[in-house]
Amino acid sequence: MIGKPGILLLVIALAAGSSSLLAQTLNSGLRGATPLNEEGPAAPMTPQRNTAEKETRNYPEQPPVIPHSIDGYQIDINGNKCLSCHARARTGESQAPMVSITHFMDRDGQFLASVSPRRFFCTECHVPQNVVKPPISNDFVDIDTLFSRATPGGRR
Amino acid sequence: MSAVDPAVPRRSWLARIWKFVVELWGVLRRPSSVFGLGVLVLAGFVAGVVFWGGFNTALELTNTEKFCTGCHEMRDNVFAELKTTIHFSNRSGVRASCPDCHVPHNWTDKIARKMQASKEVWGHLFGSIDSREKFVDHRLELALHEWARFKANDSLECRNCHSAESMDITKQSPRASAAHQRFLFTSEKTCIDCHKGIAHHLPDMRGVPGWQ
Repeated sequence: MIGKPGILLLVIALAAGSSSLLAQTLNSGLRGATPLNEEGPAAPMTPQRNTAEKETRNYPEQPPVIPHSIDGYQIDINGNKCLSCHARARTGESQAPMVSITHFMDRDGQFLASVSPRRFFCTECHVPQNVVKPPISNDFVDIDTLFSRATPGGRR
Repeated sequence: MSAVDPAVPRRSWLARIWKFVVELWGVLRRPSSVFGLGVLVLAGFVAGVVFWGGFNTALELTNTEKFCTGCHEMRDNVFAELKTTIHFSNRSGVRASCPDCHVPHNWTDKIARKMQASKEVWGHLFGSIDSREKFVDHRLELALHEWARFKANDSLECRNCHSAESMDITKQSPRASAAHQRFLFTSEKTCIDCHKGIAHHLPDMRGVPGWQ
């Protein structure tokens, strides 16, 4: 049994706890200090990476990212601006990497003469990169680093 | 009466016009007996100024974006598409209007293009692209005409603003710099060869060289 002073103490403790919860602002890397029921100012637009230099893939299956600006590139039923450089027949003139042969495959694993319709919309997987500070840090390490950690004296 | 025979009044109508022309020629070839030479020269000069000014003003009126987008064919299709591109909306606010790219700036070339455009007036009057579907059906043909024109004049309307001499390739992305040095500066290609669809959506590009 709790006595009267005990109940009083409990009530005070509960009130103090809940008020401190209410006063607390939710602060996340993505939202900043903006309360949940309000919309914060839009983040400034960041410059696009436009060096045209290949970026290392983090894992072999990663769709390579686009190291250049693709503003105004039309990819629809009428045409595909990306393919005017990256298509097999265009790479000699453009010196751009050719669309991977896997993109010529239909869903039955048959190779077509050119890019398969299901792989036509480049930006479904390949995206340009902006120069940003990630709002949430990422501790991803690639497989080489993992292997290295297992060996004595390897990378951490 | 002569009205019974339709050939008779027509002949007399032609004859009357012929008579008028002959009389007019008679007046024109005779020296004036009323006006002094100075009056005639001055009046001719003033009339010439008024005519020339009027003609060029009317011509320039047809050379404005307001005139072009007065027709829904332009306003709802190509002008709407232009608005999202860098030639309409960009950081510095300098923009190209329809005639900047589609009408030659040089006077004789402009007149030649304006005469060609009489077919576009015909097309508007008879509604050859008066719906979105008709426009889409004709889009490739229309685009091919413009591409051929740009190819033939070495992308003159691009170069009215974008000069190869003033192009600082160090300010360009490495990709653009390499392409311009290799193809533009060597005159191997002209602007439109690579920059199709820079200001409007593309038509069905199958069969267009360099496209899939």
